[in-house]
Amino acid sequence: MATVDHVQPRPPSARRIRSDKLIDVAYRLRAFGIVAALALLIVVTSVVQPRFLSGQEVNFVLGNTSIMALLTLGEAMVIISRNVDLSIGSVLGLSAYVSGSMFGRLHGVPAGVAIVIAFLVGIGVGAACGIVNGALTTIGRVPSLVVTLATLYIIRGIDILVIGGGQVVASSLPNAFFQVSLKNFHNVPYLMCAVAVVIGIGAYYMRSYRSGRDLYAIGSNPDAARLVGIPSGRRVFTAFVLSGSIAGAAGVLWASKYGTLDSTAGSGYELQVIAAVVIGGVAIFGGSGSVIGAALGALLLNTILAALYVGGVSPFWTQAIAGAMILVAITIDRLISLQLTAALRRRRSREAA
Amino acid sequence: MSGPAPAVEELAPVMSLQHASKAFGAVQALADVPIDLFAGEVHGLVGENGAGKSTLVKILAGVHPPDAGSILVQGRQVFLDGPADARDAGIAIIYQEPILFPDLTVEENIFIGRQPLTTGRRIDRHAMRAHVTEVFERLGVHLDPGRIARGLSIAEQQIVEIGKALSLDAKIIVMDEPTAALSAVEVARLFGVVDSLRASGAAVLFISHRLEEIFQLCQRVTVLRDGRWILSQELEGLTADALVRAMVGREIVERESEQQAAGATVLHVERLSREGFFTDVSFEVKSGEIVALAGLVGAGRSEVARAIFGIDRYDAGAVTVGGRELRRASPTAAMSAGVGLVPEDRRQQGLVMDLSIARNVALASLGRLQRFGFILSASERRFAADWAVRLSLKYGRLGNAANSLSGGNQQKVVLARWLGREPSLLIVDEPTRGIDVATKAEVHRLLDELASRGVAVLMISSELPEVLRVADRILVMREGRLVAEFTHAEATEERIVASATGLVAEGAA
Repeated sequence: MATVDHVQPRPPSARRIRSDKLIDVAYRLRAFGIVAALALLIVVTSVVQPRFLSGQEVNFVLGNTSIMALLTLGEAMVIISRNVDLSIGSVLGLSAYVSGSMFGRLHGVPAGVAIVIAFLVGIGVGAACGIVNGALTTIGRVPSLVVTLATLYIIRGIDILVIGGGQVVASSLPNAFFQVSLKNFHNVPYLMCAVAVVIGIGAYYMRSYRSGRDLYAIGSNPDAARLVGIPSGRRVFTAFVLSGSIAGAAGVLWASKYGTLDSTAGSGYELQVIAAVVIGGVAIFGGSGSVIGAALGALLLNTILAALYVGGVSPFWTQAIAGAMILVAITIDRLISLQLTAALRRRRSREAA
Repeated sequence: MSGPAPAVEELAPVMSLQHASKAFGAVQALADVPIDLFAGEVHGLVGENGAGKSTLVKILAGVHPPDAGSILVQGRQVFLDGPADARDAGIAIIYQEPILFPDLTVEENIFIGRQPLTTGRRIDRHAMRAHVTEVFERLGVHLDPGRIARGLSIAEQQIVEIGKALSLDAKIIVMDEPTAALSAVEVARLFGVVDSLRASGAAVLFISHRLEEIFQLCQRVTVLRDGRWILSQELEGLTADALVRAMVGREIVERESEQQAAGATVLHVERLSREGFFTDVSFEVKSGEIVALAGLVGAGRSEVARAIFGIDRYDAGAVTVGGRELRRASPTAAMSAGVGLVPEDRRQQGLVMDLSIARNVALASLGRLQRFGFILSASERRFAADWAVRLSLKYGRLGNAANSLSGGNQQKVVLARWLGREPSLLIVDEPTRGIDVATKAEVHRLLDELASRGVAVLMISSELPEVLRVADRILVMREGRLVAEFTHAEATEERIVASATGLVAEGAA
């Protein structure tokens, strides 16, 4: 080490600054990519089939997106913390049935009050499921993939048990309840606006509160999170309870939207939600992404499904195309990150001297 | 650069560890060890692997509570139960490979869990940025606080950790082998930072296997051996020999390399290029020859080795081993041609940590240990036991998991695995990184012995004394290109550093 003295620390180079910009741009590009894909899709489809831009279609897409986007909020929080919640479809189903069947027992109660009670019950059911998921994952230290795969079946089983072959029929629900998801302003559902506000709050929380940033830290490096004293267990537990509660609320909305409910409500929906989250740029192994991106992913996924439907593509292909989209989204992410790493390394080796 | 500045003798030490003892099962890792740190000093901590340095660090980090003994910070006894306690007591630990959050920004990495808040408990990003900028200015480093941590070099990651220590106003900074993975330039920059820490009144405990660094940076030194305290004294007046004697308790005979009679060409690399990593690299390694690839970290040396072994693709060029051209990107082809690779990062790439020592040793030789397609545990065990003796491996039982071994012994296991295949070409990447002086000498002897048996050895090393001692020929890489070649006789530290950093063109082949 006799010769190191004459090496001066180098000043900040323009190149270094540019490499940081590069990362910034790459991350912005992600959200930009979704919006661009969405715009392209809408333009192309509406040229092929002008009916696509009809008020009825727009209302249909936005209505479907509302529930899915709400679910992506909870799921994104869980995935960002390097966990996964596979049980939300079952939670949604159970909550939808339990809250829907409430109305039968609330004769004479004003519709507004009954609706509030239905939401409280639905959210309560969801929160309870979330508590189970969270406790098994954080206290039991069972991987969340296993825990929620198990609760997916268990909760669905409870759902079947509770329903016992019966179902909620639309005629037993008050009209005001349907209006929750139906009411719209020039074909934009009020529900959509409410969900957008909730997601906005979620995004603000994830960005500007310590506990939100902690979720990113936990997902980015769980060991380091423990070492710097982040209460990982508590944070992940909270994420699961929020995800469950949101799925519970979504279940009530589901009941309001479809009215007729049997034991298959929401079955398999969790995978569509996870697909939307991933398409929206949340890393499947946690640490990065945003809840707004995830919600945009839900919008994109639903727009594509609607476009295929309007275009007369068979339902078989819609499934396959949704799958292909996930692959494309993840591949693009991976390529960007590889390119980025290589670019950074090139830059550093050039600067090393 | 620091020079033996007079230690600022305060009235009382900032931190004082007294009678610290810690046992893991039957192993007494630390026995009755004292250490005092004063404000404004850099205190070296040296000892072989297994001497108890890591245990001492973990006690100060709050990871392991000591079995006996006490820790006084500014005269007040503290109990460190968990990393948060250590942090609150003003102790910061800089690990060799910092554990950051790759997806978070530099400033968030520094402030995670304790971000400045505005009203309503929201994170105050402006305050955060201002504070980090101020800390980096104090350290004299240039790092964009807003970039994400992914892609930072290890040196930069350490800067982030040091920045965190400063922002926590830590009075005691423990650096656990921070230079092991750094290039010479980065070491120089780190030393500058440590000097400014010292000047600002912090007490730094500096652990390193490179004694020249201890002499360059520290004012006092403590030596541990076998978990026991040997000495603590001013470095002034202490010779390197005396320090080594204290560490090992005996003299070390180091190899005086004589030029080996090189035989036929084993490895021939021709115009190898990989976009963004290395360009137009050509060289040969002959049978019985040890060739070192020197250069800065990031110069593309490991990448060349990985391309030769077939882990990474290359865009152009050819690799020939024993006269036959190797298929690209196929480690299997490289192995059957008689190439072995001991990777740089033995924990990640070299060892299967949860597998037993025996299995790890036998892993690359399963072909010759099998009968009718079954691997016999008994022959696996015999094979491993044989190598354990030949490499004087220190282990509990061969059935124990590989992560129960110390760093030096882990490296021996990886070496044994490849030696068992009797390779014609062995590529070793930083073979003695994080290994103590005595084991280092053993690894050097081993490489030497291999060469004398006709194996061609390609060694990548950032430690110049090692390169100068072991290599018959030295190739220097800079920014992905071969820039110089020296024979053993021609090579000096100055010439290698000059060509590696591109400061002087002198001596370029």
